[in-house]
Amino acid sequence: MSLLETRAVAKSFGENRAVDNVDFKVNAGEVLALIGSNGAGKTTLVNLVSGLLRPDSGEILFEGREVTQQTSYERIKSGIARSFQLVNLFDQLTCGDNIALSIFSREGKTGDLAKLAHRDRAVWDEAHDVLRQFGLDSKAGIAAGTISHGERKLLDVAIAYALRPKLLFLDEPTSGVSTREKAPIMDIVSAIVRSGGITIVIIEHDMDIVFRYSERIVVMHQGSVLADGTPDEIRHNDEVTTTLIGEHASPAAAGDAGHA
Amino acid sequence: MGTIAVHILNALLYSSVLFLIAGGLSLIYGVMRIVNLAHGNIYAIGAFVTAWAIGLAVAADWPNAVMFVLLPVGAFAAAAVGAVIEVTFLRPIYKRPGDEYQLLMTFGLLMILEDLIRLIWGPNPLTATSIYATLGSLSIADARYPTYNVLIIIIGAVAALFLWAFIYRTKFGVLLRATSQDKRMASALGINVNRIYVQAFTLGCFMAGLGGAIVVPSQSAVLGMGVDALVLSFIVVVIGGLGSLEGALAGALIVGVVRETGITLFPEIELAVLYLIAAVVLLVRPAGIFGRA
Amino acid sequence: MATPTTVTTGAAPVGGHSILRMLAWIVPIAVLLVIAPWVIDPFQTLTLTYGLVAAIGALGFNLLLGYTGLLSFGHSAFFGGGAYTVAFMVKYFKIASMELFLAGSMLSSAIVSLLFGFVCVRYTRIFFGILTLALSQVLWSLAFKFFWVTGGTDGLRVPTPSLLGMAPSSDKMEFLAHNYYYYVLAIFAIAVVLMWVIVHSPFGKALQAIRDNETRAEFIGIRIRRYRLIAFIISGIFTGVAGALWAPLNGLASPDVLVWTFSGEIVFMTVLGGFRNFVGPIVGAIAFTYLKTYAVGFTVYWQLLLGVVLVALVLALPNGIMGAVEQVIAKMKRPGPSSRDGALT
Repeated sequence: MSLLETRAVAKSFGENRAVDNVDFKVNAGEVLALIGSNGAGKTTLVNLVSGLLRPDSGEILFEGREVTQQTSYERIKSGIARSFQLVNLFDQLTCGDNIALSIFSREGKTGDLAKLAHRDRAVWDEAHDVLRQFGLDSKAGIAAGTISHGERKLLDVAIAYALRPKLLFLDEPTSGVSTREKAPIMDIVSAIVRSGGITIVIIEHDMDIVFRYSERIVVMHQGSVLADGTPDEIRHNDEVTTTLIGEHASPAAAGDAGHA
Repeated sequence: MGTIAVHILNALLYSSVLFLIAGGLSLIYGVMRIVNLAHGNIYAIGAFVTAWAIGLAVAADWPNAVMFVLLPVGAFAAAAVGAVIEVTFLRPIYKRPGDEYQLLMTFGLLMILEDLIRLIWGPNPLTATSIYATLGSLSIADARYPTYNVLIIIIGAVAALFLWAFIYRTKFGVLLRATSQDKRMASALGINVNRIYVQAFTLGCFMAGLGGAIVVPSQSAVLGMGVDALVLSFIVVVIGGLGSLEGALAGALIVGVVRETGITLFPEIELAVLYLIAAVVLLVRPAGIFGRA
Repeated sequence: MATPTTVTTGAAPVGGHSILRMLAWIVPIAVLLVIAPWVIDPFQTLTLTYGLVAAIGALGFNLLLGYTGLLSFGHSAFFGGGAYTVAFMVKYFKIASMELFLAGSMLSSAIVSLLFGFVCVRYTRIFFGILTLALSQVLWSLAFKFFWVTGGTDGLRVPTPSLLGMAPSSDKMEFLAHNYYYYVLAIFAIAVVLMWVIVHSPFGKALQAIRDNETRAEFIGIRIRRYRLIAFIISGIFTGVAGALWAPLNGLASPDVLVWTFSGEIVFMTVLGGFRNFVGPIVGAIAFTYLKTYAVGFTVYWQLLLGVVLVALVLALPNGIMGAVEQVIAKMKRPGPSSRDGALT
């Protein structure tokens, strides 16, 4: 049984069939990359699975149970989490608060209004741990709105990670970040989430990252799944190359290039 | 038969004025995402300026027919006030995150305008009934109906048509719609967003001012009419949807009909029925009939 | 995106030394407040009492604005509701105990805020603001329509109540300026502590998350509507208590505290003091009360003055008095070029 499965899921926006009858599976423990040109339907698919949108038709199953009509709140509680392409942080709160909130929420403590938040040592210790893992420890007491863009991308992932989800969607975790900063970010991200045994789905445009960090690749094009396989299979899939060519450097060339 | 016609006309009359006010509010929101809490007082300015101008003309013994020319004065005054407000007070706060400052600013303007009206024109109502009486009344079946009221309805309908044409058939309308859909993209395409904003705001204020100007001969201009109008136009956009002219039209018609029915059958609870409908709409279809969620 | 000023009370510094730092300025102020009636004349003490009452109301109001990001233009419904609850209890139930008044107002405010809140919290900020305005206007118009119940424009008399079972003395002024003052001061202290705990609790953090980024808050598992509603109710109760305390002070429950302009005063005093700050509403409320007491004698166009100052605040001093104070303190701590550097990226 796969961890997540969509069956014939479809979503249209007016005339535009953003997601067109998609069967999509994610297996527990894997690192999957979801690629495709802009408008291919990747983000819409993630929005459907995470609960931001409801599909027009089809089913979504998580751990074998149907979650199609569940609210995003319920899906979070079931174990699905996501980060955002356009960074979504609590800008006026400190980085520490940003992480602590995920932990409080996870533990069902956000309803406590009679206790002081900073007295909960367990939560704060864990928050500091997470920040340390993401290299943001020095920013714990600093407002999230004032850190650098790369740090904000990391924090965005960290907030989702702190929920200790079973399935984590990372929506373009390195977009807008300078090339120099991308690999370190991805290293942190993949090391951390792998050590936590979390299943990851990454939406990415940078083919270097895709081929370096993923175990399986799903290619979407104009709302449908075009190809699904290991990086090697995808690299040598002509249909994929011709469809995506012009958007990115040829996967074969990128995959062979050496990285520092 | 005549009484039914009168009721229908009354409803249309109320809807006409409401459409102008709420339409202006909706237009501004649709283009700029600004809800102008002072919008009701812009309507009030239209009413007061027109009443005042006509009062001057009456004192100077102008012939009644000529006074009709003065009617739109209030609308232009309202538009001028709107232009000043947008440039001076709203433009500096567009970049601020969140909606609080927009609301606080327009609320402050509401308070300023409310007292300015009192300062300039005093606490007593201003009337312009001479124009009202001039047109006499029409015969409809077995009833009589003030001709002036019919004029208001006509003006409202013409305004609706004109606006629709303006927004959907002119180049300016295209720029307006482009800016309202995607401000950044519009700017990237070379559209002067600042200029569109002030034009849209001025147009919206003109509409509200026109509503006040044409209604003042049939009711007077009183203090507090601004806030009452604001609350009513809010009901209109809740029902019809904020951000579109169709929404303002639909909402205004519904409110007009309901109010007329309510007044005739249950005079006590007229306002309560309106609030009730608004509450139901909010619960069932929060975006309103024509609203975008 | 955030302003480059110091981090506001969203961050609770970990550890006990912050409490010591706070006590450094709380204690002197508390001492001053306690000895006030012995040091200043009764009229001044009364003004201060009005200020403290307003501060309780503003504190409640700001839970919604500063911490949850919801700007209500209808808080007069709670303040006035609290005042009229007291008046009704006097008129219809012949009650004279302040404790019962408080209990009654808390109950009525909770009910009204539950009803209003249920409708209002489903909406985004702009709609929320106008909805609260409209709903409070309904309440105000009801007070006029049912004038035989509410006393209409004349309002309803509220005599001085018994405090903790002790009947008021015959010298009303003295009673208000002493016994009643300390009663209000005690409740003010309790209100401040309660609110402080609430905003620094996990719930308070969750509210701030909802304020900062509703989408993300939802995506970490926070129930937006439910929390907003709870905040709305707490806010309503605080402001209702303020109204209840105000009624005996004023001697009369009148429609002026139900009308939208009064809601505007609550908004104004909070923005004046600084809504991004815990203490801001308190400072603003007391400052505003003094301002109003002395300025109302000068001009009839009080609303114009308020409007102008509000507009000026929004343009020039968006974080209010306390925001300016914080900036000054930050500059003193860091001599050198202005604090613009935090704003990059």
